[in-house]
Amino acid sequence: MSAGAAAPSIGRLSKAEKAQGWRTPGQDHGWLNPLYERFLLHLLVKKELRVRYRGSVLGMAWSYVKPAVQFLVFFLALGVFLQLNKGMPAYAVYLFSGIVVANLFGEVFGNCTRSITGNQALVSKIYLPSELFPWSSMIVALIHFLPQVLVLTIGALLYGWIPSPTAAIAFFLGMVILLLLSMGLGMIGAALNAAYRDIENFVDLITMVAMWITPIMYKITMVKDALQDSIWWWLYSLNPLAIVVELFHVAFWRYGPEVVEAVEVDKDLSLVPPLGPLSNGPFGYWWVGLLTSAIVFAIGTLVFERTKRRFAQEL
Amino acid sequence: MAPSTIDVPGAPPKPDLTREMVRVESVTKQFDLRHNHSLKELAFAALQRKKLKDEFTALNGVDLTVHAGETVGLIGFNGSGKSTLLKTISGVLFPDEGRVMLRGRVAGLIEVGAGFHPDLSGRENVYLNGAILGMTRSQIDDRFQDIVDFSEIEEFIDTDVKYYSSGMFLRLAFAVAVHTDPDIFLVDEILSVGDEPFQKKCIKRIRELQVAGRTMIVVSHELAMLQKLCSRIVVLEHGKIIYDGDPRTAVARLRATAA
Repeated sequence: MSAGAAAPSIGRLSKAEKAQGWRTPGQDHGWLNPLYERFLLHLLVKKELRVRYRGSVLGMAWSYVKPAVQFLVFFLALGVFLQLNKGMPAYAVYLFSGIVVANLFGEVFGNCTRSITGNQALVSKIYLPSELFPWSSMIVALIHFLPQVLVLTIGALLYGWIPSPTAAIAFFLGMVILLLLSMGLGMIGAALNAAYRDIENFVDLITMVAMWITPIMYKITMVKDALQDSIWWWLYSLNPLAIVVELFHVAFWRYGPEVVEAVEVDKDLSLVPPLGPLSNGPFGYWWVGLLTSAIVFAIGTLVFERTKRRFAQEL
Repeated sequence: MAPSTIDVPGAPPKPDLTREMVRVESVTKQFDLRHNHSLKELAFAALQRKKLKDEFTALNGVDLTVHAGETVGLIGFNGSGKSTLLKTISGVLFPDEGRVMLRGRVAGLIEVGAGFHPDLSGRENVYLNGAILGMTRSQIDDRFQDIVDFSEIEEFIDTDVKYYSSGMFLRLAFAVAVHTDPDIFLVDEILSVGDEPFQKKCIKRIRELQVAGRTMIVVSHELAMLQKLCSRIVVLEHGKIIYDGDPRTAVARLRATAA
């Protein structure tokens, strides 16, 4: 991929030259650009929102409609027809808190992957820090995520859930892991997609698989029963997305009154079954998720920084 | 392109030859002319040991130094490497060999209106493009009225750009560009903007920027106009500089190669 990545000596300036005020074109703050170019980032986000909803009557309301329909269909098919609703208290909240995770993951990952190719006109003609494209995609995804969290919170409140410090910590941890993970993957996707357009389809496939391979619609204990203590179970339960979904369950579902009551009777319902000595407490293997996603983010940043010089000519 | 009949008044001011603003050192740029962007193609090509890409040398060991206040024209036939050189200086492309050094802020106008989005209004586009060309929010606020006045499309400024005529679009894009006030100005073929009165206005504005000591590198096919506008012209052929110096001689040189 980065066969043409410039050897470090090419284009470098000596200290003396820098002291004379020389710089190289495109020399900027690298992966920190989004922090330095906040105004431009803001305008790019505005642009993306305007462009997305051009000529649409419902506009931003679509970001409510889509998850609402998705939720209804899943609830009907899984909760009612497959009767998951029966064995599970507040299944609707359980389901929706997982769905919003998968939605945000899919949108950040997918949009970031398309962000370089989608801004072809800018990337190939004008110099501007290319980190801004995946970052603005991420912010747009967060703006769409907000109404979903709002609906989820209202739903949880209706089931008698009361916000607590535990819930807040779980939500915060979940968000950090989720954003690091999806941005890291998104930047890798963006870099690869500039060279091979297959990547964006591949990413759609991954987000679809992610929806089913995490404990969104079913209980994680069902997976444990099926996989026993095999390597697959460990892969399943330690994958950062599954950890995020479980954190969201802890945040919005686990401490609702119906669930607390049911757990008294059936320990099996309590989330994050004791996997080992390091996963006790309500947040399970959060530190594994944080570590993995931080590594993914670092790799994503590295790949992006190494390949960004070739974006203009590969488009 | 028809030869321009626009008169270019005055002569370019004397540059400050003691201060270098741009230095291009033996820059080479090669492109892979890849035929397809899919993994399937790649896999098949690997199996058949077929050549998937051709290499094309767009710049071949180019050296160029531009001083403060100079206006350097780049001329040459299509594919001679003019735009590639400009893109390399602006930072859109990176050299494979050699290096480019700059002093001060650069605004690259590789194509007029490249940063414009049809679904945004004129006003939003002014802000977006101003920011892309390196202006801060307060700078754009300050110059907004000047930009609109210069473009002469005040009444359409809140209309979506997709409803603009191509002339209006180019006027606004050029107006933003000339108000960014960079130290180094890279211009690719934008002197053919709008109708004659507007072209005159553009030329006048460029002269003002020259007098203010701005450094410019201009690519154009309008040789007659460029000859009067520039203090120096560089002729490129197949990615190499074949002449660098007096504008009149440079234009004659290019015309001679054509014959």
